[in-house]
Amino acid sequence: MISTVIIIGGGQAGAQAVDTLRREGFAGRLVLISDEAELPYQRPPLSKKYLSGEVPAERLLLKHRAFYDEHRIELRLNTRVARLHLESKQIELADGEKLAYDRMILCLGGGPRRLSCPGADLRGIHYLRGLADADSMRAALTDRARVVIIGGGYIGLETAATCRKMGCEVAVLEMADRVMNRVVAPLVSRYFADEHRAHGITLSCDTRVTQLEGNATVEAVICADGRRFAADLVIVGVGAMASTALASDAGLKCDNGIVVDEHCRTSDAAIFAAGDCTNQPSTRYGRRVRLESVDNAFEQSKAAALNLLDKPFIHDRVPWFWSDQFDSKLLIVGLSQDYDRQVLRGDPATRSFSVCYLKERELIAVETVNHSKDYMAARKLIADRALMDLDKLPDINTPLKEAV
Amino acid sequence: MPRIVFIEPGGARRQIDAPCGITLMEAAVGNGVPGIVAQCGGACACATCHVYVAPAWFDKLPAREEMEEGMLECAWEPRANSRLSCQVQVTADLDGIELAVPQQQGDS
Repeated sequence: MISTVIIIGGGQAGAQAVDTLRREGFAGRLVLISDEAELPYQRPPLSKKYLSGEVPAERLLLKHRAFYDEHRIELRLNTRVARLHLESKQIELADGEKLAYDRMILCLGGGPRRLSCPGADLRGIHYLRGLADADSMRAALTDRARVVIIGGGYIGLETAATCRKMGCEVAVLEMADRVMNRVVAPLVSRYFADEHRAHGITLSCDTRVTQLEGNATVEAVICADGRRFAADLVIVGVGAMASTALASDAGLKCDNGIVVDEHCRTSDAAIFAAGDCTNQPSTRYGRRVRLESVDNAFEQSKAAALNLLDKPFIHDRVPWFWSDQFDSKLLIVGLSQDYDRQVLRGDPATRSFSVCYLKERELIAVETVNHSKDYMAARKLIADRALMDLDKLPDINTPLKEAV
Repeated sequence: MPRIVFIEPGGARRQIDAPCGITLMEAAVGNGVPGIVAQCGGACACATCHVYVAPAWFDKLPAREEMEEGMLECAWEPRANSRLSCQVQVTADLDGIELAVPQQQGDS
């Protein structure tokens, strides 16, 4: 008999877990613990419309307070969990209070990878993960502020676009030879690099940062090639790492994330995990994956809640991702790995195109820029393991769903 | 506040008083209307906030933009009166609008 379920983590996965548990009929005690001050909220707007001030914090909430009251969810905000006691099935809070559980879901999320170069501890260096980070960043973004962004990934480029729209002088420094190099094709990288430059951003690839300079507060970013970028503030977006300390300290198996099985169960049968913090075997990809996305947090959390209630469920959804930069929307579906052919649909010069990835003619991933129709069609085609017609595929005027 | 009516697939009606300026999707999610998932939170990236607008109301809404059009075309059972509720803002003249929730969301 499951009488108490504890969810640790108040992000997308945590909020979804309590939602699914109640919808699926769990009527026992349900506790949601978060170390943040706010009710669970959406993180994607933090680098975009929240940072710019277009959308206020209350519009980011995933559920209103009434939802938690109505569904008898015990919210413990601003609460840090000190350790897990697996043997006695208890968790210990930072203030020493202990709570017993029958089942638990860890939705610990991830944290930004930090710089370690000299000067990395100066004031004025910002990382973005939570609402409070975005607030302190915004406070520093005065008109014409000189912003140097380290890292040309999603976070770096989205905040770059937002800062530029707010009137800042923006430089983006990327270590690799192109932006978003781990997630998109070279010509998609080129398209977005051109967009940023056209909006007046200084974008420099193959650029390694060696030092942050300043007297208490950062004043400049120094690169390996000797260049010096003057800065009023620095934003660092060089990737994220799974938050696993709580799990690994308790002896749960971790390896680039909390190791879970296809049912989202950890190495302890009473404990599940979901979201950015997990490393899960994918039936679709035939290997373990750790994904950082809203979609993954949502699907895994739903699966974890169902399996926790002994309703066996394995999710096999194709992963998807999006990014908004200036007025371009990047939509990605599937993981572009192990492909043997890349096919371009349309012309980047028209600002609307797609890159398809195939493996033995099977569509396995698609990146679209301002082309939602291809994206939606691809979600279905990839899920269905459709084989594509190589003659029709390059013609963007042939609907993707008819190029099979 | 304008009153928005969501009609669930089973026929149940839910009336919500929504402040002007938020989206129809936010009105639904904030009040826990079943079937409006809104996974991407309003970024026009998931097509899980799809609704059918009562025909009498459809023409009163600002037209669909190209991104929304493309999302809907391959959504689950699109119709002429389909909208993504995250792309429509609540305004005073939408008082009384009726929106039917599809049986499924997304691409399947």
